[in-house]
Amino acid sequence: MGQVLVVTSGKGGVGKTTSAAALGAALAESGQNVVIIDFDVGLRNLDLVMGAERRVVFDLINVIQGQAKLPQALIRDKRQERLYLLPASQTRDKDALTERGVARVIDDLRATFDWVICDSPAGIERGAILAMQHADIAAIVTNPEISSVRDSDRIIGLLDAKTEKAKKGQQVVKHLLVARYDESRASSGDMLQIEDIVEILSIPLLGIIPESEQVLRASNLGSPITICNPESAPGRAYFSAAKRLNGEVIPITIPRERNRLFGRLLGGRAA
Amino acid sequence: MNIFRLLRRRHTAQVAHDRLRILLAHERSRTANTDLVAILRSEVLAAVAKYIPVAIDQVDVNMDRSETLSTLQIDIHIPV
Repeated sequence: MGQVLVVTSGKGGVGKTTSAAALGAALAESGQNVVIIDFDVGLRNLDLVMGAERRVVFDLINVIQGQAKLPQALIRDKRQERLYLLPASQTRDKDALTERGVARVIDDLRATFDWVICDSPAGIERGAILAMQHADIAAIVTNPEISSVRDSDRIIGLLDAKTEKAKKGQQVVKHLLVARYDESRASSGDMLQIEDIVEILSIPLLGIIPESEQVLRASNLGSPITICNPESAPGRAYFSAAKRLNGEVIPITIPRERNRLFGRLLGGRAA
Repeated sequence: MNIFRLLRRRHTAQVAHDRLRILLAHERSRTANTDLVAILRSEVLAAVAKYIPVAIDQVDVNMDRSETLSTLQIDIHIPV
């Protein structure tokens, strides 16, 4: 039985899709079978970030409405054979997602994959609630910025109230993933520090992803950062986060960019 | 002038931190109560309605929480 991980945040633009793709690829690199589901119906983007936009034939809604079988809608990553994508529909709206349909799809995927990653849409509406519904684990992506922290707090409340786990009196295991962290701005006092965010939200840290131009480069190229540039600072940060998801206990660090020339000489896969 | 600016800049993250703490303490207590108040409202109404005809919009349920005291206030307007 695979585990269901929801990557969520409340606020938009904080790095949910980037994180879902990067964590999914990192988990697949570690030898596990991973599927990432895009729940952002109407505004799908995971296919673009993963470079599979021209390979989408069927989507989640087609599967839920019975127009396609689940294996027909799954897209296998071209670079990492254990990584799959289930795209969202671009033309339908989120009302086409049904609770029953989502439950069935997740059950089927859980039976064959080690990790089912749900990339949540922004907001706290139906789409976001459906994305978190069956989660065992949640990665709450938060930027060191007040509105993002506030929205994360709201999402934590929903994870404790609206999920299947919550309804059974259990708890979704919640982790904080701080993204777009700028160490120099935090130490100059202009950005919330990690300890501040952890204290306010009071959930354990899964990782700190440093702000980096490499993330934009990776999405330009349509490749998760952990595949495109695994040695970059954010790449390494996502790899350690993936290890923690697998239960490894490793100290939290904020990776820094290594000397570029040195990196290239060592054969860094920067495209 | 530069020193003042430097001192002020040092404080922005601290200001953000303090604002968030106050705001979230408030929002958490409010959202935590929403369901409870809704449940109390409907159950109290159902109990009273067994004996006296009351309209659903004639019931006010309020919950207040302070550090030392929490109060639950239920007002039911009964038709004369």
